[in-house]
Amino acid sequence: MSLDWVIKILVENWPMFLRGAGVTLLIALIGTVFGAIIGLLAGMIRTIPMPERGMRKILLKTINLILSIYIEFFRGTPMIAQAMVIFYGSALAFGIDMNVFAAAIIIVSINTGAYMAEIVRGGVLSIDKGQFEAAHAVGMNHMQTMWNVVLPQVIRNILPATGNQFVINIKDTSVLNVISVTELYFVTKTVSGISYRYFETFFVACMIYFTMTFVVTRILLYIEKRLDGSENYTMITNDTQFEAIQK
Amino acid sequence: MEKIVDIQHLNKSFGAHEVLKDINFSVNKGEVVSIIGSSGSGKSTLLRCINLLEKPSGGEIIYRGENILDDKHDLAEYRKHLGMVFQQFNLFNNHNVLNNCVVGQIKVLKRTRGEAEKVAMKYLGVVGMDRYINAKPKQLSGGQKQRVAIARALCMEPDVILFDEPTSALDPEMVGEVLKVMKDLAESGLTMLIVTHEMEFAKEVSDRVVFMDKGVIAEEGHPEHIFNNPSQERTREFLKRTLVQSRLAFV
Repeated sequence: MSLDWVIKILVENWPMFLRGAGVTLLIALIGTVFGAIIGLLAGMIRTIPMPERGMRKILLKTINLILSIYIEFFRGTPMIAQAMVIFYGSALAFGIDMNVFAAAIIIVSINTGAYMAEIVRGGVLSIDKGQFEAAHAVGMNHMQTMWNVVLPQVIRNILPATGNQFVINIKDTSVLNVISVTELYFVTKTVSGISYRYFETFFVACMIYFTMTFVVTRILLYIEKRLDGSENYTMITNDTQFEAIQK
Repeated sequence: MEKIVDIQHLNKSFGAHEVLKDINFSVNKGEVVSIIGSSGSGKSTLLRCINLLEKPSGGEIIYRGENILDDKHDLAEYRKHLGMVFQQFNLFNNHNVLNNCVVGQIKVLKRTRGEAEKVAMKYLGVVGMDRYINAKPKQLSGGQKQRVAIARALCMEPDVILFDEPTSALDPEMVGEVLKVMKDLAESGLTMLIVTHEMEFAKEVSDRVVFMDKGVIAEEGHPEHIFNNPSQERTREFLKRTLVQSRLAFV
Protein backbone atom coordinates (compact mmCIF):
# COMPACT_ATOMS: atom_id res chain seq x y z
CA MET A 1 0.00 0.00 0.00
CA SER A 2 1.12 3.50 -0.82
CA LEU A 3 0.92 4.96 2.67
CA ASP A 4 3.19 2.23 4.01
CA TRP A 5 5.69 3.08 1.33
CA VAL A 6 5.51 6.79 2.16
CA ILE A 7 6.31 6.02 5.80
CA LYS A 8 9.01 3.52 4.88
CA ILE A 9 10.67 6.01 2.52
CA LEU A 10 10.53 8.73 5.16
CA VAL A 11 11.93 6.52 7.91
CA GLU A 12 14.75 5.17 5.77
CA ASN A 13 15.75 8.42 4.07
CA TRP A 14 14.86 11.25 6.43
CA PRO A 15 18.43 12.45 6.96
CA MET A 16 18.82 12.88 3.19
CA PHE A 17 15.49 14.68 2.86
CA LEU A 18 16.35 16.90 5.78
CA ARG A 19 19.71 17.84 4.29
CA GLY A 20 18.09 18.45 0.89
CA ALA A 21 15.41 20.66 2.43
CA GLY A 22 18.10 22.54 4.35
CA VAL A 23 20.10 23.21 1.19
CA THR A 24 16.95 24.34 -0.62
CA LEU A 25 15.98 26.71 2.17
CA LEU A 26 19.49 28.10 2.52
CA ILE A 27 19.90 28.78 -1.22
CA ALA A 28 16.42 30.34 -1.39
CA LEU A 29 17.05 32.52 1.67
CA ILE A 30 20.52 33.77 0.72
CA GLY A 31 19.43 34.18 -2.90
CA THR A 32 16.39 36.23 -1.91
CA VAL A 33 18.39 38.47 0.46
CA PHE A 34 21.14 39.12 -2.11
CA GLY A 35 18.51 39.48 -4.82
CA ALA A 36 16.63 42.03 -2.73
CA ILE A 37 19.84 44.02 -2.19
CA ILE A 38 20.63 43.94 -5.93
CA GLY A 39 17.04 44.92 -6.65
CA LEU A 40 17.08 47.82 -4.17
CA LEU A 41 20.28 49.24 -5.65
CA ALA A 42 19.14 48.78 -9.25
CA GLY A 43 15.64 50.08 -8.55
CA MET A 44 16.97 53.15 -6.74
CA ILE A 45 19.42 53.98 -9.52
CA ARG A 46 16.67 53.63 -12.11
CA THR A 47 14.51 56.18 -10.27
CA ILE A 48 17.17 58.91 -9.93
CA PRO A 49 15.77 61.97 -11.74
CA MET A 50 17.65 62.45 -15.02
CA PRO A 51 19.98 65.48 -14.90
CA GLU A 52 19.32 67.94 -17.69
CA ARG A 53 22.80 67.87 -19.19
CA GLY A 54 26.48 67.15 -18.68
CA MET A 55 28.62 64.14 -17.83
CA ARG A 56 26.24 62.99 -15.12
CA LYS A 57 23.46 62.55 -17.65
CA ILE A 58 25.65 60.44 -19.93
CA LEU A 59 26.83 58.35 -16.97
CA LEU A 60 23.32 57.77 -15.65
CA LYS A 61 22.01 56.90 -19.12
CA THR A 62 24.78 54.32 -19.58
CA ILE A 63 24.16 52.73 -16.18
CA ASN A 64 20.41 52.63 -16.85
CA LEU A 65 21.01 50.94 -20.19
CA ILE A 66 23.18 48.25 -18.58
CA LEU A 67 20.57 47.70 -15.88
CA SER A 68 17.80 47.40 -18.47
CA ILE A 69 19.76 44.76 -20.38
CA TYR A 70 20.39 42.85 -17.15
CA ILE A 71 16.73 42.96 -16.10
CA GLU A 72 15.35 42.05 -19.53
CA PHE A 73 17.79 39.17 -20.02
CA PHE A 74 17.31 37.49 -16.66
CA ARG A 75 13.55 37.97 -16.62
CA GLY A 76 13.28 36.74 -20.18
CA THR A 77 15.18 33.45 -19.93
CA PRO A 78 14.46 30.38 -17.78
CA MET A 79 16.56 29.90 -14.68
CA ILE A 80 17.27 26.28 -15.63
CA ALA A 81 19.01 27.47 -18.81
CA GLN A 82 20.79 30.29 -16.96
CA ALA A 83 22.13 27.72 -14.51
CA MET A 84 23.67 25.67 -17.33
CA VAL A 85 25.08 28.72 -19.11
CA ILE A 86 26.66 30.23 -15.99
CA PHE A 87 27.97 26.97 -14.54
CA TYR A 88 29.40 25.44 -17.71
CA GLY A 89 30.11 28.79 -19.32
CA SER A 90 32.37 29.89 -16.48
CA ALA A 91 34.30 26.65 -16.79
CA LEU A 92 34.59 27.03 -20.55
CA ALA A 93 35.41 30.73 -20.72
CA PHE A 94 37.55 31.30 -17.63
CA GLY A 95 38.54 27.78 -16.67
CA ILE A 96 36.87 28.28 -13.29
CA ASP A 97 35.56 25.11 -11.71
CA MET A 98 32.74 26.66 -9.74
CA ASN A 99 31.59 25.25 -6.45
CA VAL A 100 28.02 24.17 -7.26
CA PHE A 101 26.66 25.66 -4.06
CA ALA A 102 28.25 29.06 -4.80
CA ALA A 103 26.99 28.83 -8.39
CA ALA A 104 23.49 28.10 -7.12
CA ILE A 105 23.47 31.16 -4.87
CA ILE A 106 24.82 33.40 -7.64
CA ILE A 107 22.20 32.18 -10.11
CA VAL A 108 19.28 32.59 -7.70
CA SER A 109 20.55 36.00 -6.54
CA ILE A 110 20.91 37.60 -9.94
CA ASN A 111 17.66 36.07 -11.11
CA THR A 112 15.78 37.40 -8.08
CA GLY A 113 17.61 40.74 -8.43
CA ALA A 114 16.16 41.23 -11.90
CA TYR A 115 12.62 40.80 -10.62
CA MET A 116 13.23 42.79 -7.45
CA ALA A 117 14.63 45.74 -9.44
CA GLU A 118 11.25 46.18 -11.09
CA ILE A 119 9.39 45.63 -7.82
CA VAL A 120 11.50 48.34 -6.14
CA ARG A 121 11.03 50.72 -9.07
CA GLY A 122 7.28 50.24 -8.74
CA GLY A 123 7.61 50.79 -4.99
CA VAL A 124 9.44 54.10 -5.42
CA LEU A 125 6.94 55.28 -8.05
CA SER A 126 4.07 54.50 -5.68
CA ILE A 127 5.37 56.92 -3.04
CA ASP A 128 3.45 60.21 -3.09
CA LYS A 129 5.33 63.07 -4.75
CA GLY A 130 4.55 65.15 -1.66
CA GLN A 131 6.93 63.01 0.41
CA PHE A 132 9.84 63.94 -1.87
CA GLU A 133 8.80 67.59 -1.94
CA ALA A 134 8.49 67.82 1.83
CA ALA A 135 11.94 66.28 2.29
CA HIS A 136 13.46 68.63 -0.29
CA ALA A 137 11.71 71.60 1.30
CA VAL A 138 13.32 70.72 4.63
CA GLY A 139 16.67 70.89 2.85
CA MET A 140 17.47 67.21 2.36
CA ASN A 141 19.44 66.21 -0.74
CA HIS A 142 18.49 63.23 -2.93
CA MET A 143 20.39 60.65 -0.86
CA GLN A 144 19.03 61.92 2.47
CA THR A 145 15.50 61.98 1.07
CA MET A 146 15.81 58.42 -0.18
CA TRP A 147 17.42 57.06 2.95
CA ASN A 148 15.31 58.80 5.62
CA VAL A 149 11.92 59.15 4.00
CA VAL A 150 11.39 57.17 0.81
CA LEU A 151 13.26 53.90 1.28
CA PRO A 152 11.66 52.94 4.62
CA GLN A 153 8.25 53.33 2.99
CA VAL A 154 9.33 51.46 -0.13
CA ILE A 155 10.67 48.54 1.91
CA ARG A 156 7.40 48.27 3.81
CA ASN A 157 5.43 48.38 0.55
CA ILE A 158 7.50 45.77 -1.28
CA LEU A 159 7.62 43.31 1.62
CA PRO A 160 4.68 41.20 0.34
CA ALA A 161 6.25 40.98 -3.12
CA THR A 162 9.61 40.06 -1.59
CA GLY A 163 7.95 37.29 0.42
CA ASN A 164 6.35 36.07 -2.76
CA GLN A 165 9.77 35.98 -4.39
CA PHE A 166 11.14 33.95 -1.47
CA VAL A 167 8.37 31.36 -1.86
CA ILE A 168 9.00 31.17 -5.61
CA ASN A 169 12.71 30.66 -4.92
CA ILE A 170 12.06 27.78 -2.51
CA LYS A 171 10.24 25.97 -5.31
CA ASP A 172 12.44 27.10 -8.19
CA THR A 173 15.71 25.96 -6.65
CA SER A 174 14.53 22.54 -7.84
CA VAL A 175 15.76 23.40 -11.33
CA LEU A 176 19.30 23.61 -9.94
CA ASN A 177 19.43 19.80 -9.92
CA VAL A 178 20.66 20.16 -13.51
CA ILE A 179 24.00 21.34 -12.15
CA SER A 180 23.91 18.68 -9.39
CA VAL A 181 23.16 20.92 -6.44
CA THR A 182 22.08 18.51 -3.69
CA GLU A 183 18.85 20.34 -2.93
CA LEU A 184 15.53 18.68 -2.17
CA TYR A 185 14.55 17.78 -5.74
CA PHE A 186 17.96 16.28 -6.44
CA VAL A 187 17.73 14.23 -3.24
CA THR A 188 14.22 13.08 -4.14
CA LYS A 189 15.39 11.94 -7.55
CA THR A 190 18.21 9.97 -5.94
CA VAL A 191 15.90 8.32 -3.41
CA SER A 192 13.31 7.40 -6.02
CA GLY A 193 16.05 5.96 -8.18
CA ILE A 194 16.93 3.54 -5.41
CA SER A 195 13.41 2.65 -4.24
CA TYR A 196 11.69 2.75 -7.65
CA ARG A 197 8.64 4.17 -5.82
CA TYR A 198 8.26 7.45 -7.77
CA PHE A 199 4.80 8.48 -6.63
CA GLU A 200 5.50 8.01 -2.92
CA THR A 201 8.93 9.63 -2.97
CA PHE A 202 7.79 12.72 -4.85
CA PHE A 203 4.70 12.91 -2.70
CA VAL A 204 7.02 13.18 0.32
CA ALA A 205 8.98 15.91 -1.51
CA CYS A 206 5.77 17.86 -2.18
CA MET A 207 4.78 17.71 1.46
CA ILE A 208 8.21 19.01 2.49
CA TYR A 209 8.09 21.84 -0.09
CA PHE A 210 4.62 22.81 1.06
CA THR A 211 5.58 22.80 4.73
CA MET A 212 8.51 25.11 3.98
CA THR A 213 6.56 27.59 1.88
CA PHE A 214 3.60 27.61 4.26
CA VAL A 215 5.75 28.29 7.32
CA VAL A 216 7.69 30.99 5.48
CA THR A 217 4.52 32.82 4.39
CA ARG A 218 3.18 32.78 7.96
CA ILE A 219 6.46 34.17 9.31
CA LEU A 220 6.46 36.93 6.69
CA LEU A 221 2.89 37.89 7.51
CA TYR A 222 3.87 38.11 11.16
CA ILE A 223 6.83 40.35 10.34
CA GLU A 224 4.59 42.63 8.26
CA LYS A 225 2.19 42.99 11.16
CA ARG A 226 5.03 43.76 13.55
CA LEU A 227 6.42 46.43 11.22
CA ASP A 228 3.07 48.19 10.97
CA GLY A 229 3.04 48.63 14.72
CA SER A 230 0.04 49.27 16.86
CA GLU A 231 -3.16 50.80 15.53
CA ASN A 232 -3.21 53.03 18.58
CA TYR A 233 -0.79 55.54 19.99
CA THR A 234 -0.13 56.64 23.54
CA MET A 235 -0.76 60.24 24.38
CA ILE A 236 1.69 61.83 26.75
CA THR A 237 -0.48 62.53 29.76
CA ASN A 238 2.01 61.78 32.51
CA ASP A 239 3.83 64.97 33.41
CA THR A 240 7.09 63.38 34.57
CA GLN A 241 7.32 61.59 31.24
CA PHE A 242 6.57 64.88 29.54
CA GLU A 243 9.29 66.77 31.38
CA ALA A 244 11.80 63.99 30.74
CA ILE A 245 11.42 64.54 27.00
CA GLN A 246 11.56 68.31 27.28
CA LYS A 247 14.90 68.23 29.08
CA MET B 1 13.92 97.09 5.56
CA GLU B 2 15.87 93.87 5.07
CA LYS B 3 14.69 91.82 2.14
CA ILE B 4 14.58 88.08 2.76
CA VAL B 5 13.93 87.05 -0.82
CA ASP B 6 13.86 89.40 -3.76
CA ILE B 7 12.32 88.12 -6.98
CA GLN B 8 13.08 89.86 -10.23
CA HIS B 9 11.54 89.31 -13.66
CA LEU B 10 10.53 85.76 -12.77
CA ASN B 11 8.98 83.68 -15.55
CA LYS B 12 7.61 80.18 -15.54
CA SER B 13 6.16 78.19 -18.41
CA PHE B 14 4.87 74.66 -18.60
CA GLY B 15 5.49 73.95 -22.25
CA ALA B 16 3.86 76.73 -24.26
CA HIS B 17 1.68 77.74 -21.33
CA GLU B 18 3.02 80.79 -19.50
CA VAL B 19 2.03 80.52 -15.86
CA LEU B 20 4.08 83.37 -14.44
CA LYS B 21 4.93 86.50 -16.42
CA ASP B 22 7.62 88.90 -15.29
CA ILE B 23 6.99 88.75 -11.56
CA ASN B 24 8.76 91.35 -9.41
CA PHE B 25 8.18 90.88 -5.76
CA SER B 26 9.97 90.69 -2.42
CA VAL B 27 9.38 89.66 1.15
CA ASN B 28 10.81 91.73 3.99
CA LYS B 29 11.97 90.49 7.34
CA GLY B 30 9.12 90.21 9.85
CA GLU B 31 6.47 90.79 7.25
CA VAL B 32 3.32 88.73 6.70
CA VAL B 33 2.36 88.71 3.02
CA SER B 34 -0.74 87.02 1.65
CA ILE B 35 -1.15 86.08 -1.99
CA ILE B 36 -4.75 85.88 -3.19
CA GLY B 37 -6.30 85.24 -6.57
CA SER B 38 -8.46 82.74 -8.38
CA SER B 39 -7.42 79.17 -9.15
CA GLY B 40 -4.94 79.04 -11.99
CA SER B 41 -3.72 82.58 -11.42
CA GLY B 42 -0.23 81.25 -10.67
CA LYS B 43 -0.05 81.96 -6.95
CA SER B 44 0.89 78.41 -5.90
CA THR B 45 3.36 78.17 -8.75
CA LEU B 46 4.99 81.39 -7.57
CA LEU B 47 5.35 79.96 -4.08
CA ARG B 48 6.77 76.71 -5.40
CA CYS B 49 9.20 78.62 -7.60
CA ILE B 50 10.51 80.51 -4.59
CA ASN B 51 11.86 77.36 -2.96
CA LEU B 52 12.54 75.78 -6.34
CA LEU B 53 10.12 72.88 -6.16
CA GLU B 54 9.36 74.23 -9.62
CA LYS B 55 12.27 75.41 -11.68
CA PRO B 56 11.66 78.95 -12.94
CA SER B 57 12.09 79.45 -16.69
CA GLY B 58 13.74 82.85 -16.30
CA GLY B 59 14.49 85.71 -13.95
CA GLU B 60 16.34 85.95 -10.67
CA ILE B 61 15.73 85.01 -7.07
CA ILE B 62 18.07 86.99 -4.84
CA TYR B 63 18.78 85.55 -1.42
CA ARG B 64 21.48 87.08 0.83
CA GLY B 65 22.83 89.01 -2.15
CA GLU B 66 23.19 85.99 -4.44
CA ASN B 67 21.07 84.81 -7.33
CA ILE B 68 20.18 81.28 -6.33
CA LEU B 69 19.18 80.39 -9.88
CA ASP B 70 22.88 80.34 -10.82
CA ASP B 71 23.93 76.82 -11.71
CA LYS B 72 26.59 76.66 -9.06
CA HIS B 73 24.19 77.34 -6.22
CA ASP B 74 23.54 74.60 -3.67
CA LEU B 75 19.78 74.00 -3.63
CA ALA B 76 19.60 72.07 -0.37
CA GLU B 77 21.64 74.75 1.42
CA TYR B 78 19.20 77.45 0.23
CA ARG B 79 16.07 75.43 0.99
CA LYS B 80 16.95 74.83 4.61
CA HIS B 81 16.49 78.57 5.22
CA LEU B 82 12.95 78.46 3.79
CA GLY B 83 10.16 76.59 5.53
CA MET B 84 7.28 75.15 3.56
CA VAL B 85 3.80 74.10 4.62
CA PHE B 86 1.83 72.17 2.00
CA GLN B 87 -1.85 71.96 1.21
CA GLN B 88 -1.70 68.16 1.57
CA PHE B 89 0.45 68.34 4.76
CA ASN B 90 3.01 65.85 3.42
CA LEU B 91 4.15 64.62 6.79
CA PHE B 92 6.74 61.85 6.50
CA ASN B 93 4.51 58.77 6.69
CA ASN B 94 7.21 56.52 8.10
CA HIS B 95 7.97 58.78 11.08
CA ASN B 96 5.94 59.61 14.16
CA VAL B 97 5.11 63.21 15.09
CA LEU B 98 8.33 63.79 17.04
CA ASN B 99 10.57 62.32 14.34
CA ASN B 100 8.84 64.36 11.66
CA CYS B 101 10.14 67.42 13.47
CA VAL B 102 13.52 65.91 14.36
CA VAL B 103 14.80 64.20 11.21
CA GLY B 104 15.46 67.41 9.25
CA GLN B 105 17.24 69.04 12.16
CA ILE B 106 19.57 66.06 12.57
CA LYS B 107 20.29 65.42 8.89
CA VAL B 108 20.31 68.97 7.55
CA LEU B 109 21.18 71.24 10.48
CA LYS B 110 23.45 68.56 12.02
CA ARG B 111 21.95 68.99 15.47
CA THR B 112 22.29 66.16 18.00
CA ARG B 113 19.18 64.10 18.71
CA GLY B 114 18.91 65.59 22.20
CA GLU B 115 19.08 69.16 20.92
CA ALA B 116 16.69 68.42 18.08
CA GLU B 117 14.12 66.82 20.38
CA LYS B 118 14.22 69.83 22.68
CA VAL B 119 13.60 72.20 19.77
CA ALA B 120 10.85 69.90 18.44
CA MET B 121 9.07 69.81 21.81
CA LYS B 122 9.22 73.59 21.99
CA TYR B 123 7.55 74.12 18.61
CA LEU B 124 5.14 71.20 18.99
CA GLY B 125 4.07 73.02 22.14
CA VAL B 126 3.53 76.22 20.14
CA VAL B 127 1.11 74.43 17.80
CA GLY B 128 -0.47 72.43 20.63
CA MET B 129 0.66 69.00 19.44
CA ASP B 130 3.30 68.17 22.06
CA ARG B 131 1.19 65.45 23.63
CA TYR B 132 0.89 63.53 20.37
CA ILE B 133 4.59 62.88 19.77
CA ASN B 134 4.11 59.10 19.52
CA ALA B 135 1.33 59.24 16.94
CA LYS B 136 1.90 58.33 13.30
CA PRO B 137 0.55 60.73 10.65
CA LYS B 138 -2.21 58.31 9.57
CA GLN B 139 -3.60 58.43 13.12
CA LEU B 140 -4.12 62.22 13.09
CA SER B 141 -6.88 64.43 11.77
CA GLY B 142 -6.19 66.89 8.96
CA GLY B 143 -5.97 69.85 11.31
CA GLN B 144 -3.58 68.00 13.59
CA LYS B 145 -1.40 66.96 10.67
CA GLN B 146 -1.19 70.52 9.42
CA ARG B 147 -0.21 71.80 12.87
CA VAL B 148 2.57 69.20 13.02
CA ALA B 149 3.66 70.27 9.54
CA ILE B 150 3.86 73.87 10.77
CA ALA B 151 5.94 72.73 13.76
CA ARG B 152 8.22 70.78 11.41
CA ALA B 153 8.85 73.95 9.42
CA LEU B 154 9.40 76.02 12.59
CA CYS B 155 11.96 73.51 13.90
CA MET B 156 14.31 74.40 11.05
CA GLU B 157 14.18 78.02 12.28
CA PRO B 158 13.94 79.34 8.72
CA ASP B 159 14.08 82.96 7.56
CA VAL B 160 10.59 82.71 6.12
CA ILE B 161 7.84 80.10 6.02
CA LEU B 162 5.88 79.60 2.81
CA PHE B 163 2.30 78.42 3.27
CA ASP B 164 0.71 76.85 0.19
CA GLU B 165 -3.07 76.97 0.79
CA PRO B 166 -2.64 75.43 4.25
CA THR B 167 -6.35 75.12 4.99
CA SER B 168 -7.73 74.17 1.56
CA ALA B 169 -7.64 70.41 2.19
CA LEU B 170 -9.21 70.65 5.64
CA ASP B 171 -12.73 69.96 6.80
CA PRO B 172 -14.44 73.27 7.65
CA GLU B 173 -14.37 72.68 11.40
CA MET B 174 -10.61 72.18 11.34
CA VAL B 175 -9.77 75.35 9.45
CA GLY B 176 -10.09 77.42 12.61
CA GLU B 177 -7.46 75.56 14.65
CA VAL B 178 -4.86 75.95 11.91
CA LEU B 179 -5.64 79.61 11.26
CA LYS B 180 -5.39 80.28 14.99
CA VAL B 181 -1.87 78.82 15.08
CA MET B 182 -0.90 80.87 12.03
CA LYS B 183 -2.32 84.04 13.54
CA ASP B 184 -0.27 83.52 16.72
CA LEU B 185 2.84 83.00 14.60
CA ALA B 186 2.13 86.15 12.59
CA GLU B 187 1.84 88.14 15.81
CA SER B 188 5.10 86.66 17.12
CA GLY B 189 6.97 88.39 14.29
CA LEU B 190 7.64 85.38 12.05
CA THR B 191 8.14 86.19 8.38
CA MET B 192 5.35 84.49 6.46
CA LEU B 193 4.27 84.23 2.85
CA ILE B 194 0.79 82.75 2.57
CA VAL B 195 -1.16 81.62 -0.45
CA THR B 196 -4.74 81.47 0.74
CA HIS B 197 -8.41 81.51 -0.11
CA GLU B 198 -9.33 82.64 3.41
CA MET B 199 -10.06 86.30 2.72
CA GLU B 200 -11.05 87.26 6.26
CA PHE B 201 -7.85 85.73 7.58
CA ALA B 202 -5.71 87.46 4.94
CA LYS B 203 -7.33 90.78 5.76
CA GLU B 204 -6.75 90.35 9.46
CA VAL B 205 -3.17 89.10 9.71
CA SER B 206 -1.38 90.44 6.63
CA ASP B 207 0.89 93.44 6.45
CA ARG B 208 0.59 93.30 2.70
CA VAL B 209 -1.72 91.57 0.25
CA VAL B 210 -0.77 90.58 -3.27
CA PHE B 211 -3.51 89.95 -5.79
CA MET B 212 -2.53 87.74 -8.71
CA ASP B 213 -4.43 87.34 -11.94
CA LYS B 214 -3.47 85.37 -15.07
CA GLY B 215 0.18 84.99 -14.10
CA VAL B 216 0.90 88.60 -13.16
CA ILE B 217 0.72 90.60 -9.96
CA ALA B 218 -2.31 92.75 -10.68
CA GLU B 219 -2.23 94.76 -7.49
CA GLU B 220 -0.52 94.78 -4.14
CA GLY B 221 -0.81 96.86 -1.03
CA HIS B 222 -2.10 97.19 2.50
CA PRO B 223 -5.03 94.85 3.24
CA GLU B 224 -7.30 97.84 3.93
CA HIS B 225 -6.56 99.15 0.47
CA ILE B 226 -6.92 95.80 -1.36
CA PHE B 227 -10.09 94.67 0.36
CA ASN B 228 -11.92 97.97 0.88
CA ASN B 229 -10.75 100.19 -1.88
CA PRO B 230 -8.97 98.30 -4.67
CA SER B 231 -7.78 100.44 -7.54
CA GLN B 232 -8.04 97.71 -10.20
CA GLU B 233 -11.28 96.56 -11.76
CA ARG B 234 -10.25 92.89 -11.81
CA THR B 235 -9.41 92.95 -8.09
CA ARG B 236 -12.88 94.29 -7.41
CA GLU B 237 -14.40 91.58 -9.65
CA PHE B 238 -12.48 88.82 -7.87
CA LEU B 239 -13.44 90.04 -4.41
CA LYS B 240 -17.05 90.31 -5.41
CA ARG B 241 -17.01 86.71 -6.69
CA THR B 242 -15.38 85.26 -3.57
CA LEU B 243 -17.68 87.26 -1.32
CA VAL B 244 -20.75 85.86 -3.06
CA GLN B 245 -19.31 82.37 -2.71
CA SER B 246 -18.66 82.73 1.00
CA ARG B 247 -22.21 84.04 1.47
CA LEU B 248 -23.58 81.09 -0.50
CA ALA B 249 -21.69 78.77 1.80
CA PHE B 250 -23.89 79.90 4.65
CA VAL B 251 -27.16 79.26 2.83
